[in-house]
Amino acid sequence: MDRRKFIQTSGAAALAGSSAILPLSALAADEIGVGSIHDLSGGLDIYGKPMVDCLTLAIEEQNAAGGLLGKKLKLFSYDTQSNMQMYAQFAQQAALKDKVAVVHGGITSASREVIRPVLNRNKTLYFYNTQYEGGVCDRGSFMTGVTPAQTVGKLIPYAMNKWGKKVYVIAADYNYGQITSQWVKKFVQDNGGSVASIDFFPLDVTTFGPTIAKIEAAKPDMVVSALVGGAHMSFYRQWAAAGLTKKIPLASTTFAVGNEHIVLSPAEADGFLLCYNYFENIDTPENKAFKERFHKRFGKDYPNITELAMGTYQGFKLWAEGVKKAGSVEIGKVTTALESGISINGPSGKVTIDPATHHCILNVSVAEVKAKKLNILQTFQQQAPTDTSAVCDLKKNPRDNQQYVIKV
Amino acid sequence: MDLAIIVIIQVLYAVAGLVIVSAGLAVIFGMMKVINLAHGEFMMLGAYATITAHGLGLNLWLAMLVVAPIAVGLVGVVLERLVIRRLYGRMVDTMLATWGLSLLLVGIVTSIAGNTTVGVSAPLGSFSIGAYSVSSYTLVIIAVAVVLALAIRWVLTKTSWGLIARGTMQKPEMADALGISPGRVYSVTFAVGAALSGLAGALLAPLTGVVPTMGGAFIAKAFITVIGGGPAILAGLVSASGLFGAINQLGTFLTTPVLGEVALLFTAIVMLRLLPQGITGRFFKGSL
Amino acid sequence: MTAFASSWRSAALTLAIGVVLLLALPGLVDDFTLIQLTIYAVMAILGVSLGFIWGFGGILCFGQAAFFGLGAYTYAIAVINIGDSTIPFLLAIVVPALFAALLGYVIFYGRLSDVYMGVITLTVTLILFNLVNSTAGPEWKIGSAPLGGFNGIPGIPTLNVPGDPDAVLSQQSLFTVSMVCLLLVYAGLRWLIASKLGRVIIAAKENEQRVLLLGYDARVYKLICFSLGGAIAGLAGCLFANWGAFTSPTIFGLAMSAQIIIWVIVGGLGTLVGPVVGCVVIQWLSTQIGTQQTFNSNLVLGAILVVFVLLVPRGIVPSLGDVIAAAWRRRRAPAAKQAIPAPLAPTETAG
Repeated sequence: MDRRKFIQTSGAAALAGSSAILPLSALAADEIGVGSIHDLSGGLDIYGKPMVDCLTLAIEEQNAAGGLLGKKLKLFSYDTQSNMQMYAQFAQQAALKDKVAVVHGGITSASREVIRPVLNRNKTLYFYNTQYEGGVCDRGSFMTGVTPAQTVGKLIPYAMNKWGKKVYVIAADYNYGQITSQWVKKFVQDNGGSVASIDFFPLDVTTFGPTIAKIEAAKPDMVVSALVGGAHMSFYRQWAAAGLTKKIPLASTTFAVGNEHIVLSPAEADGFLLCYNYFENIDTPENKAFKERFHKRFGKDYPNITELAMGTYQGFKLWAEGVKKAGSVEIGKVTTALESGISINGPSGKVTIDPATHHCILNVSVAEVKAKKLNILQTFQQQAPTDTSAVCDLKKNPRDNQQYVIKV
Repeated sequence: MDLAIIVIIQVLYAVAGLVIVSAGLAVIFGMMKVINLAHGEFMMLGAYATITAHGLGLNLWLAMLVVAPIAVGLVGVVLERLVIRRLYGRMVDTMLATWGLSLLLVGIVTSIAGNTTVGVSAPLGSFSIGAYSVSSYTLVIIAVAVVLALAIRWVLTKTSWGLIARGTMQKPEMADALGISPGRVYSVTFAVGAALSGLAGALLAPLTGVVPTMGGAFIAKAFITVIGGGPAILAGLVSASGLFGAINQLGTFLTTPVLGEVALLFTAIVMLRLLPQGITGRFFKGSL
Repeated sequence: MTAFASSWRSAALTLAIGVVLLLALPGLVDDFTLIQLTIYAVMAILGVSLGFIWGFGGILCFGQAAFFGLGAYTYAIAVINIGDSTIPFLLAIVVPALFAALLGYVIFYGRLSDVYMGVITLTVTLILFNLVNSTAGPEWKIGSAPLGGFNGIPGIPTLNVPGDPDAVLSQQSLFTVSMVCLLLVYAGLRWLIASKLGRVIIAAKENEQRVLLLGYDARVYKLICFSLGGAIAGLAGCLFANWGAFTSPTIFGLAMSAQIIIWVIVGGLGTLVGPVVGCVVIQWLSTQIGTQQTFNSNLVLGAILVVFVLLVPRGIVPSLGDVIAAAWRRRRAPAAKQAIPAPLAPTETAG
């Protein structure tokens, strides 16, 4: 009888121990590792997949041009399955086991704040390429996405000029939505308007009936939406079902980033105003050439090259420039090189790294949704990340490492 | 005054929503004492069936009311034969197996359809009550819930099939002795329950985005409603939906959607503490 | 439980193997693998907590994740406010235990059966999830620790040597601490099961009526069992917060609770080693699936669960033991006859 228990326990121990078998690192001596930590399954994969596609294209283009520093680039792609624990695990894996030279990853601000400390601790360079609420001040990371000062600061005055001064705000209930809604309030008030109410919704809420009634009761001139994710898309459907898409205009800081304008019908989305760095119909030679290469690689009927996907492409290109200038992939050297004012001519226009904040100076455009397409109305050149530079100066305080929640 | 009407409509809508969402689970649990945790995924399959059929050109109403229930009903038959049949009487095991099935279904649909949210627009436009616009589809949901409840009652009390089903549910050995195959009755019942779940998913498709993971949002509420309702299928379903739906929606109106949810959940706990057998364990005893 | 399995020999053997792993692994494997093993150990503690209350107490809790999450959040909030981690560590164990006691009171003193208990525990974890998920606004803070809503609490300070807030644990030390906790929990529970308290708990699971007739208040024993399970889950939560230096509301989610149940089923209900094995296997599989694109993780996990419930209902550890022991028996002289213990089946109390 002891034998059975013996067998059971030693079998168990063997199983447990065998998972610890040391696998060899998969990086050869003449390769440079690039880590990608994105959600490729689960609720957030609509954001993640285009980002990884663009990163793949960028790496292939670089390898076709001879690689970096004479070495080939190798992509380590981790699917975090919309699960925070996986973000932590894969960040550790990228840094410690696969020993990549840089990580491009993180989609929600929550996921960014999970992997940033891990990568910092393990001295791995980190690029966060998603638009977000601003304020991260960290010498070990670079943020290439747009921040509220760049987008909301242009969107709100444009919308208020067009529609009126009374604004109702609805936002996703996590730090992106919370902070962005504060920025909306600031810009509304700066422009002489008033905010009727700010309502927050956790990411899995799908019933907006009472909310819609509340909005109607408030009689605003416009609605500003910072809703995020697939569940929140039902707001737009229910809004249209109640016939309000035609009655009360809407501007959004997040719409179309998940290709909502393609999923929803024109009746549900036409007329929405947005403001981002990249739109597919930006009329420049770089963008035309990029689209040709992209569609050749991924097919003519790829739904839409999203803002986040372009952010990832541009983020990679910036990193590559930094490596070339530094002549090495060592984090200290690349950081110094990137801080010397590197810029690229991306498909969205010129993108420059701001040394003091590690954010980007780039073009933004206000656009309107029409018949499943996004039509650019006005472009603003080279917008600086003033929200973050108001609180963060890495030149003066290189040891600074936190996210400033900007008090508005 | 307008607002009061709106609130009443929204409350009825929430109750109707719960009735439709929980009906399939109520039938399966009430008749077979099987807790089908893949219920949310049956709804998801119904929604996808609707979208696909509609995408192929079929009229939306046909896709919702005919194609979806039939498609999911067939899936239900297959799953019952393969998996559920072997686990009758083992309530905990069926819960676990159906949980596994739900993960499996999500995985399969994700592999086939990807994770992009799809959907259709809500038909029928809107109408006004004073200063408020309401979607006409809301009224459709309410109407369907009423028809559904009446239909279940009619089938179970006025048709011979209903009688056989109820008899088998109460005393399978007796039914067997009378020449009725309990296995066949269970199969059909499970299929009917699955079809109802598919119908629910189809009806909700225009209102919520259709993703492979959409089932997860409904399973908890449906589970709580059915258990809270107690042993009587219809009376339990209607009374529990009424109670929880009203509290949820009123809570949402008074505060926020989150607190409305919490109010619903909290009520469930309190109610189960006071009425451990569910509502119809104490009230409406002996009713259908 | 068969007589032999509750003998001290099998416990001693498991502990011996555990100690060997504890001492040898940090020297054998690299940093990254050690971090992986730490999370396995932490999750194993969580699995054992459910394995204990379910396999030995007969309590199927659909919301064990609630205590796990409470432990993590309690530790995070306390350590951010207090600084030194000794008290937060203890709080992380006590608070979930108290919560479990409260919940247990509602459930057991209300004489709720299996299914209804499942609903209530499920509901509780959903309530916690919904509440914590909506605390993203800056006004939601306990002391100086913002709750953070969906984002959770990042940058949680690691455990330190008691009394010395600057002497934080390194990765290696965290592994050691987690393994030690796992072994202590295992040893403690084995001892408990063999004691009188444990035997009454198991008896209450087998036949509550009989226990009552023998003069024991079954409700009290179930309450103790449930609270203990909550405490152990809280400990796991505290260690988890240390491992990842973050905690977020998804910890309270349905998915987490489902995972724990899957570990116990796959590993073996009715044993304490089983959940450990199940946890390691499933966690390892999930990580592997995440690094390739061919198979969807839900598909694989769902298939595993269905297959196990249908074909291997007792789980890996007991079945493995059966298979090997049967092969062994065939080799021995047929003279020695050993009573084959009845398989441990989860009982369902009448609803």
